[in-house]
Amino acid sequence: MEKIVRQIIEKYGSDPNRLMDILIDIQEQYGYISRDAVALMAQHLNMSQVDVEQTITFYHFLSTRHRGKYAIYLNNSAVAYMFGRQAIKDAFEKELGIKFGQVTEDGAIGLFDTACIGMNDQEPAAIINNKVFTKLTPYRVREIIRHMREGKSLDELMNESYGDGKNQHPYLQTMVSSNIRRKGMILSDDYVMGKVLKTILPNISPEAVIAEIKHSHIRGRGGAGFPTGFKWEFCRKAKGPKHYVVCNADEGEPGTFKDRVILTEKPELVFEGMALAGYAIGGDEGILYLRYEYRYMKDYLESVLKTMKEQNLLGDNIGGIDGFNFDIRIQFGAGAYVCGEESALLESLEGKRGEPRDKPPFPVEKGYLNQPTIINNVETFATAVRIIENGGEWFTQFGTEDSTGTKILSISGDCMFPGVYEVNWGFNVSDMLDMVGAYDVQAVQVGGPSGTLIGPDEFHRTLGYSDLSTGGSMIIFGTQRNLLKDVVLNFMEFFIDESCGSCSTCRNMPQVMRNKLIKILNGNGVKKDLSDLKEWSKVLLASRCGLGQTAGNPIVSSLKNFRPLYEELLQKEVEFDEGFDLVASVQGSCKYVGRVPKFHHHN
Amino acid sequence: MSSLIKFKIDGKECMAEAGTFIVEAARQNSIYIPTLCNMPGLKPKGSCRICTVRINGRLMTSCTTPVADGMEIESGSLDIIELRKSIVELLFVSGNHFCPACEKSGNCELQALGYLYQMMVPRYPYDFPLRAVDASSPKIIKDQNRCILCKRCIKSIKDEDGKSFFAFRSRGNHLEVVLDQELAATMTDEQAELAMQNCPVGSILVKEKGFATPIGKRKFDKQPIGSDIHV
Amino acid sequence: MSKPIIATTSLAGCFGCHMSILDIDERILQLIELVEFNKSPIDDIKTFTKPVDIGIIEGGCCNSENVEVLKSFRKNCKILISLGECAIMGGLPALRNGIPVEECIHEAYIGGPTVQLNKDHILPNDDELPMLLDKVYPCHEIVKIDYFLPGCPPRADLIWDALVALITGDPLKLPYEVVKFD
Repeated sequence: MEKIVRQIIEKYGSDPNRLMDILIDIQEQYGYISRDAVALMAQHLNMSQVDVEQTITFYHFLSTRHRGKYAIYLNNSAVAYMFGRQAIKDAFEKELGIKFGQVTEDGAIGLFDTACIGMNDQEPAAIINNKVFTKLTPYRVREIIRHMREGKSLDELMNESYGDGKNQHPYLQTMVSSNIRRKGMILSDDYVMGKVLKTILPNISPEAVIAEIKHSHIRGRGGAGFPTGFKWEFCRKAKGPKHYVVCNADEGEPGTFKDRVILTEKPELVFEGMALAGYAIGGDEGILYLRYEYRYMKDYLESVLKTMKEQNLLGDNIGGIDGFNFDIRIQFGAGAYVCGEESALLESLEGKRGEPRDKPPFPVEKGYLNQPTIINNVETFATAVRIIENGGEWFTQFGTEDSTGTKILSISGDCMFPGVYEVNWGFNVSDMLDMVGAYDVQAVQVGGPSGTLIGPDEFHRTLGYSDLSTGGSMIIFGTQRNLLKDVVLNFMEFFIDESCGSCSTCRNMPQVMRNKLIKILNGNGVKKDLSDLKEWSKVLLASRCGLGQTAGNPIVSSLKNFRPLYEELLQKEVEFDEGFDLVASVQGSCKYVGRVPKFHHHN
Repeated sequence: MSSLIKFKIDGKECMAEAGTFIVEAARQNSIYIPTLCNMPGLKPKGSCRICTVRINGRLMTSCTTPVADGMEIESGSLDIIELRKSIVELLFVSGNHFCPACEKSGNCELQALGYLYQMMVPRYPYDFPLRAVDASSPKIIKDQNRCILCKRCIKSIKDEDGKSFFAFRSRGNHLEVVLDQELAATMTDEQAELAMQNCPVGSILVKEKGFATPIGKRKFDKQPIGSDIHV
Repeated sequence: MSKPIIATTSLAGCFGCHMSILDIDERILQLIELVEFNKSPIDDIKTFTKPVDIGIIEGGCCNSENVEVLKSFRKNCKILISLGECAIMGGLPALRNGIPVEECIHEAYIGGPTVQLNKDHILPNDDELPMLLDKVYPCHEIVKIDYFLPGCPPRADLIWDALVALITGDPLKLPYEVVKFD
């Protein structure tokens, strides 16, 4: 063991900044990270053991306990439940005789819950040793377990046909489908790899690239909507020996999966966009920060990088431009939604816990390794290539005045055709629902759990930065759904699980709010609970990052737009009820001492 | 060369050197902004959020935000004070803070903020989480019931190689601060004492030592926290 | 106008808060002038004999009897005050919260280092005994409480000032020294 761990550490130059890679390699090699391995890392990286462990214990897919020869991670998103997740969970537990969170006694198979794995259009889905199994049914579960017991390989277990499009590529061969339902400039088939790098960049300066991006008015596609051109300009102007380009492919917002599709179908476009950005800001190193859930793409994406390098689209003197050197490496996360926040992502890139940084300074001044860094979404880089290819002016004809261009939506939930749809900004929700075949719609979650839950009286609203801003997650709920129980509660649990814990507010308040929601769902609600929820949620606004600030949104937004759902659960004519249940609270002690609870009803 | 700039806190004209963090700049102008995770000499992290102020309509932590020329800072308004009070209450209910049984009572910064804001009862339900007390190391007791995850021990207590004795474990509401077993064996009396001093609450206590100063004669028994700053 | 009526009780408490009430020293004579006591350990009246204006609760709820008494106070008193840390947050009895109640009973009657005489491992289960709750509850998580006076015990001055303010309707001044949690 010692030799292998040492080799892994040396493979990454015994660099503490590469701790994530080291940990992931060890986890994959052994199924867990042992105390001995921790001690070795501490010794070779000159850290204390608890320092190594604090990174391990931050990430969902890293563990100091054995996760099983086969580690099964079953998605627990709201949409997974809508499509039968409970039955799949029950089937796994029944078949294996263990509960989720446990490993079979022989150490063969472990069952684990995991937050949205970016497969909302093909749920229920699970990740088993980095391979994705979609559209699970109880029958498939039994078959998979049987085959595992028979010692079959994972590839053999995927006995169904591969997904559509590039998912059949020899390096992918996955069951995942891209489900592209509508194409625009990004997903279009007319993209020619390298055209921008080889034929356009040699004729324009980096400043001209930035001017063109600014002219297009494109804003960041991750959801926050910062003007991309300004970000690039700030970074170019910031002083530092190195400038970095980071692509944020950590799409963890439940319900988004468009980056998965872009990276599957158009990875060259994204990488070309990163190189383009490198040219613009004067950086020669790019990092794709890819969520661990998409580990199955590793070989495929690396093969694409290799091809691009062979064609001089990456490497030295790209496109024959003297001194334009740019390389890209892939850095995997290890299961933490908060790492989608750009400064948390940087911490993770440096091998640390993904705790967001205080701003200022912003990453464009002090980013990766304290150097000026731009961090953009997958979709932003892809779009930038089309802007430089066709001009900023051309780009502004799409979308609206304040939201130019197209947006790729990840649409899932109760509709006929879940998948990705590239539309012009300004699309309204009503048209969207008609486009995807959604009928009897009760609500749409715009922008994922951190976004807004809207009802039919707001379906006239349009998608754009000034109205309904979205990173692209659109989840549709039919009238048959129990919004508070099946959706809002699930989303609150998500935020509780995914808080980094750094801020006192986000570490504690979502749980307080969740408990109150449960109290209301249990029939113990009173009128004051609703005003408390609204009032208490405000504390979250004092959190450092977007996760914390929006962690109350599932409740806040449903309370605002679906108040009657709460009101009908409240007790009439009861002013005080903190949920205390005398009968329930004496059960444990009475049982233990051997007596039957009796209750007097005198005054 | 010092470059003094002007800014305002709650309308009061203040001056400080450019780049000074607001909390320190306020102190220099005799204005107390409460803190818990912040400690002079340590890199601020802005995690307790107690020092939140409003600048240009945005909530910012004053321990991590430098003052800028012309900046208008809102710190003493009713809603900011209410926010700080709610955070104090949130910290009280999410741990197990039994003041009557705590060695740090009277010297505890969290408690002192409870006094400052006259917290008669937290507005949130008590969580009563099950937390461990780690007394396995030779010098100190680490009581997780009282820990408020401020990171002060993590940042300040290191061995001669710069390795941390303390670190975070896990995340979210499972987050805790743990002590390195191996390093704990090498901890000196001075490091143990410093760890206890730097802990704003009673989560780190030096073994076999306690109640040297009786209750009633401690730091915050007679004078509110911040009264040395505020005039 | 008739004098306001006060009732007091100690639930899962140590009577320290009641001691602190008595600690108002000679002002107790003034208090007797100001108010009339009903159900209270101070005068040993066991049951409510008339509607009460102010009920003062010491201690949290650790068993079914505490809950019953607390509820009867809520029913019979116009205003309820949680007096002291135990009433407010469970206090020291609540140190057991978070630990499963079964483990607590086991520790107390079977496994604890000081348990020697209970060789037959008898557990208290007579129907006359109050039933133990799963945890110790702050009073305001069971019934509505109107006012809270913290401290362990609350300072006598705080109790006095609060009662006078409540009875006279004057605003309550809270000097820094009187609001303490220890």
